[in-house]
Amino acid sequence: MASVTLTINGKKVTVPRGTTVLDAAAQAGIFIPTFCHDPEIPRFGACRICVVEIPGMRNLPASCVTEATEGMVVETESPAVVEARSTILELLLANHPMDCLTCEKNGDCRLQDYCFRYGVKGSGFEGRQHSYPLDDSNPYIVRDLNKCILCGRCVRTCAQVEGRAVIDFAYRGFDTKIAPPMDTPLGESDCVYCGRCLAVCPVGALTYKRMAGKGRSWEYDKKPVTCTFCDSGCQFNLNVKDGKIVGVTAASPGPGRPLCLKGRLGLELLYCDDPQAPELKKDGEFVKVSWADALGLEGVLDKMKKLEGK
Amino acid sequence: MKNLMDKCCDKCKHTPASPCKDYIKCRKEGPICHQDEACKQKRAEILADINLPAGSPKRQVLICAGTGCTSSGSGKLVNKLEEELAANGLTDKVAVKITGCHGFCEQGPLMIIEPLKTFYTQVQEEDVAEIVAKDLVGSEIVERLLYKDPNTGEPAKTYENVPFYALQKRLVLHNCGHINAEEISDYIANDGYAGFVRALFELTPDQVVEEVKTSGLRGRGGGGFPTGMKWGFVRQAQGDKKYVVCNADEGDPGAFMDRSVLEGDPHAVLEGMMTCGYAVGADEGYIYVRAEYPLAIERLKIAIAQAEEYGVLGDNILNTGFNFHLKIKAGAGAFVCGEETALLTSIEGNRGMPRVRPPFPANSGLWGKPTCLNNVETFANVPQILRNGGTWYASMGTEKSKGTKIFALTGKVNNTGLVEVPMGISMRDILFAIGGGIPGGKKFKAVQIGGPSGGCLPDELLDLPVDYDSLTSAGAMMGSGGLVVMDETTCMVDIARYFLTFTQSESCGKCTPCREGTTRMLEILTRICAGEGKMEDIDSLERLARVVKNTALCGLGQTCPNPILSTLRYFKDEYIAHIQDKKCPAGACAALLTYVIDPEKCKGCGKCLKNCPAEAITGEKKLPHVIDPAKCIKCGSCVGGCKFEAIIRA
Amino acid sequence: MTCKCGHVDESTKQEALQAAISKYMAVKGGLIPLLQEAQDIYGYLPKEVMQQISGGMGIPFSKTFGVVTFYSQFHLKPRGRNIIRVCQGTACHVRGASKVFDGVSKKLGVAKNGTTEDLRYTLETVACLGACGLAPVMMVNDNTHGKLTPDKAVATIEKYE
Ligand SMILES: Cc1cc2nc3c(=O)[nH]c(=O)nc-3n(C[C@H](O)[C@H](O)[C@H](O)COP(=O)(O)O)c2cc1C
Ligand code: SF4
Ligand code: SF4
Ligand code: SF4
Ligand code: SF4
Ligand code: SF4
Ligand code: SF4
Ligand code: FES
Ligand code: FES
Ligand code: FES
Repeated sequence: MASVTLTINGKKVTVPRGTTVLDAAAQAGIFIPTFCHDPEIPRFGACRICVVEIPGMRNLPASCVTEATEGMVVETESPAVVEARSTILELLLANHPMDCLTCEKNGDCRLQDYCFRYGVKGSGFEGRQHSYPLDDSNPYIVRDLNKCILCGRCVRTCAQVEGRAVIDFAYRGFDTKIAPPMDTPLGESDCVYCGRCLAVCPVGALTYKRMAGKGRSWEYDKKPVTCTFCDSGCQFNLNVKDGKIVGVTAASPGPGRPLCLKGRLGLELLYCDDPQAPELKKDGEFVKVSWADALGLEGVLDKMKKLEGK
Repeated sequence: MKNLMDKCCDKCKHTPASPCKDYIKCRKEGPICHQDEACKQKRAEILADINLPAGSPKRQVLICAGTGCTSSGSGKLVNKLEEELAANGLTDKVAVKITGCHGFCEQGPLMIIEPLKTFYTQVQEEDVAEIVAKDLVGSEIVERLLYKDPNTGEPAKTYENVPFYALQKRLVLHNCGHINAEEISDYIANDGYAGFVRALFELTPDQVVEEVKTSGLRGRGGGGFPTGMKWGFVRQAQGDKKYVVCNADEGDPGAFMDRSVLEGDPHAVLEGMMTCGYAVGADEGYIYVRAEYPLAIERLKIAIAQAEEYGVLGDNILNTGFNFHLKIKAGAGAFVCGEETALLTSIEGNRGMPRVRPPFPANSGLWGKPTCLNNVETFANVPQILRNGGTWYASMGTEKSKGTKIFALTGKVNNTGLVEVPMGISMRDILFAIGGGIPGGKKFKAVQIGGPSGGCLPDELLDLPVDYDSLTSAGAMMGSGGLVVMDETTCMVDIARYFLTFTQSESCGKCTPCREGTTRMLEILTRICAGEGKMEDIDSLERLARVVKNTALCGLGQTCPNPILSTLRYFKDEYIAHIQDKKCPAGACAALLTYVIDPEKCKGCGKCLKNCPAEAITGEKKLPHVIDPAKCIKCGSCVGGCKFEAIIRA
Repeated sequence: MTCKCGHVDESTKQEALQAAISKYMAVKGGLIPLLQEAQDIYGYLPKEVMQQISGGMGIPFSKTFGVVTFYSQFHLKPRGRNIIRVCQGTACHVRGASKVFDGVSKKLGVAKNGTTEDLRYTLETVACLGACGLAPVMMVNDNTHGKLTPDKAVATIEKYE
C-alpha cells in the first residue's frame, strides 16, 4: 500500500495512505484529544475537540476525519488550536453541571481531563442550561443527560447490534438530546441493559447503577475477563477494590461482540464477592428475580434437579 | 391540432414509446418529416397565439399568479376578467394567460396587456370592468392603474419604461411572468428545450461539460463553485449509477428567487437538470423543494407530468437512448437541509444532519453514488448556455463572475421585489436606480447581503461591484441572493441578534461549536440589546465568532458568525453605544428607549393619556403631561397620537 | 385528505395509513414522505401511528422519533383547525413582524407553537414565506396575507372558523 509522509509538530511521520491525521499523530506519539471519535465506528466528526491547524486549509479541520496527505504540515497545539479547544470546552461547561465532586465518572472523564490539560477552570459564558430530570428508571443504568455532550457514541454503538438501536438523537439544535422512542426514561424502552453505551461514553452521562457509591474510579483495578456464556466472547472488566471484586463493567464493544445483560450478570454471579440480586422487567415493572431466572437457567435447573432426584 | 404539442396530422408518428428525434424542433419549425403547407400554417398560427407578434390585432392579458400577487387577490381577477370578456363578446379575441411572478410583487396584483406591454399595477376586482371597456374594447389606457414614478409622478406606459425593470437584465427570469408556467407549449414556443436538444444531438457529454466550463457559470446556491468543474468531477467519478439533485430548499429568510423561478418557469429547471444528467451520465434526478412552497411543488408536478406525457422526459428521450427520470421530494422544515450533505441524507429519510466532507457528493452522494447537486438558479441558467453557447454567456459579467444574478430586494427600499442584474453592477445601482432608494426620505445605513451567512455593507461600500469575490473580501457574501436594505432606524446590533436567533434555532445540533456557540452568541447579543451588555462582551463575541467559524462542521456554523463580524467591523460604535451609553442610536431596541413629553410643546390635550395602555401618563387638562418612566412599557402608542409632536423618543 | 373536521372515523384513517405504508414500504427514502402522508391523515403523528410506520418500514422506532422531532413540520400533538404562521423572515422583521406576532398572540392568548383550547387556531412562526415584497406576511392554512398590521392580522384570523 502506498504511504505518505507528513510533518506533525515538526516531526516527520510516514503512514499508509488513507490514515487520518489523528492516527498519524498517535503513531508519532502525539496526543490529540477526542470525544466523539470511535475507532470502531469512525467519521462522525461532531465534537470538534480534535481540531488541528493545517496551513493552507481554510478552517481548523477535525483531525479524526482528515486524511493525511503527502507533505502535509500539521500543528496540533498552535495558539489557534488551543484557543479553539479551550473555547469548545468552555462551551461544554457552560451547559454542564459542575458536579465532579460527587460524579461517578470523576477521575475517568475526558471532559475533566481536557479541562485540566487546557487550564479551563469554568465557563466564562452564562446563560441557558439544560435541567433534565435524572433518569433512574431501571436497575442497571443511570442516565444524567445534563452531563451528556452529545458525542453520539452511545447511539452508534447501540445501533451496531441488529435489532437494538434503542436510542437515537432527538429534537434539534440546542434542544438535541439522546432519547429512546417518545423520549421516555430508558426503563420504559426496549433497552436490554447490555452496557455497550456505558463502555463508550466519554463523560459521566451514563453510569452503572450497581456500582454507584461503591468507590472512586481510581480505586479500581480493572481485570479483563472474557464472557463464556455464548460464542461471541465479549470483553468485560472486573472492578477490584481493596482486593474485593465490586462489580463487572462492559469493555470495548464491537461488531462481533454484542454484549448482553445476561453475560454481565453471569459474570457478576461468578466473580463478585457480594453479588447483588438481579432484576428483570415483568409486566412492565422491574422486580427482583432469582439468579436462575435472570440467567435463563430455570429449565436447566429443573432438569438437573429431576435427574439428581432420580 | 389545438395545442402546440399535438401532432399536426396522421403522418406524425411521435409517441413517448417510439419517439421521433425531431419532436421538439418540429414544434417550432415543423413539420419536418413531411412537407405540408397546411400543417406548417397551423403550427405558425398556434405559435402566434402563444407569443403575439407586434402589431397583432389580438390581445393577451397576462395575470400574475405568483405567490405575492395571489395573496394580494389576483385569483379573483381571472374569473372576473373572463366574465367581462364574455359579456363583451371578446372571448375569442382576447386570451387570458396565468403567469408566474414578475418580480414586482409589491405593486401586485399585476396585469400586462400584450402585445403593447401595458403594465397595470395593484389591479383590484373592481378595476377589471374598466380595463375591459377601455383598453380591450377600445384602445384607451387606464391611466390611473399605471405605475407612477414615486419621485416625479410620471406614469409608465409599458413595463419596459418602469425604472425597476429598465435597468435589469432578465436572462434567467425572461420567461417568468411572460409564459404560462403550467403549459409546456409556452416554454417550447419560447425556445425551451432547444439547448437540451443541441446537447443531445450535437455535443458529446464531455463537450457539454466544456461548454458549461467556458460559460464561467458559478453555483448560485451560495458558494459560487464553478458549475462546469463540478459537472466534470461527477462525469469522471466511477459509479454504476449517478444522480442529479436540484437544491430547491431556499431557506434564507428574505429570499425567494428560486421560488419564483420554480413557479414561473419550471421547465427551465427541468431542462437544466436533464442536460446535466446527459453530461454527467445520470439517469435519475431529485428536486428537493422546501415544504413551505406548495405552489412551486404543484407547478413542478405539472411540468414533470407534461414533459413525460410528450416524451420529453422518460426513457429513450427523442430516440437517443438517453433516459432521465425526475422525482420531487418535499422538505419537512429544516433550514440546514439546504446544506448539500444534509439535503442528501434527508432525501435518504434521515435527520438532516450534515456529514463531514470529503467525500464530496460528486464522488459519494445520494445512497453513496456520485451525485451532481446544484441550485435552482444554477440549473435555470443552463438552457441558455447550451442554446447560445458558453462564449456568449461569458461575455456578460466580470472576469470571474459571469452572467447575471437574481436578488430578492427587500426591506427599507421603495421598490421591493425580484431583480436580475448583470454581475459586476454596483450595489448603488441596484438599491437606488432599480430599487428607487429609501422610502420616507430616510437615510440609508447598510444593506445585508447573503442572509444569515452573509454580512452587511455600509454606505462607503455602495460602489462595490456585485460579484462573488468582491463581496467575500468585504466580509459579506453572495449567498443565495437576499438583499435587505436598512435605514437609519434599523439597529445593527438588533440585526445581528435577529440573524443569530435564526441560526441558533436552525442549528442541527450535531457539532459543539455551532450548537452551544450560537446559543451563547445569541444570549450575549440579547443582553446588549437589552442594555445589559458589558465591554468584555465584545471580546467574547469576537472570540466565539472566530472559533465557531473556524471549527464548525458545516457551512451553517462556519458562516453564522458573519453577521456579527461584519456589524462589528463596520458598526462597532453602535455596539459601544448600547453597552456604555445604554442607548440604541437607531431607536430600535425598545429596552433602551425613553419617552418624554416636551412641556414646551405639550398642550395638555390628554390624547396620549388615553392611548397609553400602561397608565404611565398623568396630567391635568390644558397643562403639560408627564410620563412616569417606571410605568412606561415603551410601546410607543402615545407618540403617533400626539398632534403637537410633543412626545420625544430617545 | 385532512381531518380538519375531526369526524373522519378511526377505521377510515387506519385504512388510509395502511395504504400509505404499503405505498412507501419499498420506496428508498420513503420514511419522510410517509410521515407527511400520515400527518395529513391524522393531523399529527400519534405514537401508535409512528410505531406502525416504523414496523412497516423496518426502521427502529427510535430513529422514526428522531426524524419526527428533527423537522419542524411534524407534530406530536393535535393542532388547531387553522394554522397561523406569522413570518419572521428578514424582510418581515424589518417591517414590524414581531408586532404582528405579538398582536395575534395576545388576541389568541397562546404563545409560539401554542394551540387555543377550542382547537380553532395554532400559532406558529416561519422564516420567510417567499412573499417578502408584501412584508409583513402571515399564512393562514394555505392562504398568504400580506402588508399586515397587528389589527389587520387579528381581523384576518377572525375570518377563519
Ligand atoms: C446552511 C446552509 C444552507 C444552504 N441553503 C441552500 C439553499 O437553500 N439553496 C441552495 O441552492 N443552496 C444552499 N446551500 C448551499 C448548498 O450546500 C450547495 O453548496 C449548493 O446547493 C450547491 O449548488 P450550486 O453549486 O449550484 O450553488 C446551503 C448551504 C448551507 C451551509
Ligand atoms: S461528567 Fe466529568 S466533568 Fe462532568 S461532572 Fe462528571 S466528572 Fe465532572
Ligand atoms: S444498554 Fe445496550 S441496548 Fe441499552 S441503550 Fe445502551 S447500548 Fe443500547
Ligand atoms: S450519553 Fe455519553 S456517549 Fe451518549 S452522546 Fe451523551 S456523552 Fe456521548
Ligand atoms: S456478553 Fe452476552 S453476547 Fe457477549 S459473550 Fe457474553 S453472553 Fe454472549
Ligand atoms: S455547524 Fe451547526 S448545522 Fe452544521 S453540523 Fe454543526 S451543529 Fe449542525
Ligand atoms: S410609550 Fe407606551 S407605555 Fe410609554 S407612555 Fe407612551 S403609550 Fe404609555
Ligand atoms: S473527535 Fe474528532 S470531531 Fe470529535
Ligand atoms: S407574485 Fe406577482 S409580481 Fe411577484
Ligand atoms: S421575510 Fe416574510 S415573506 Fe419573506
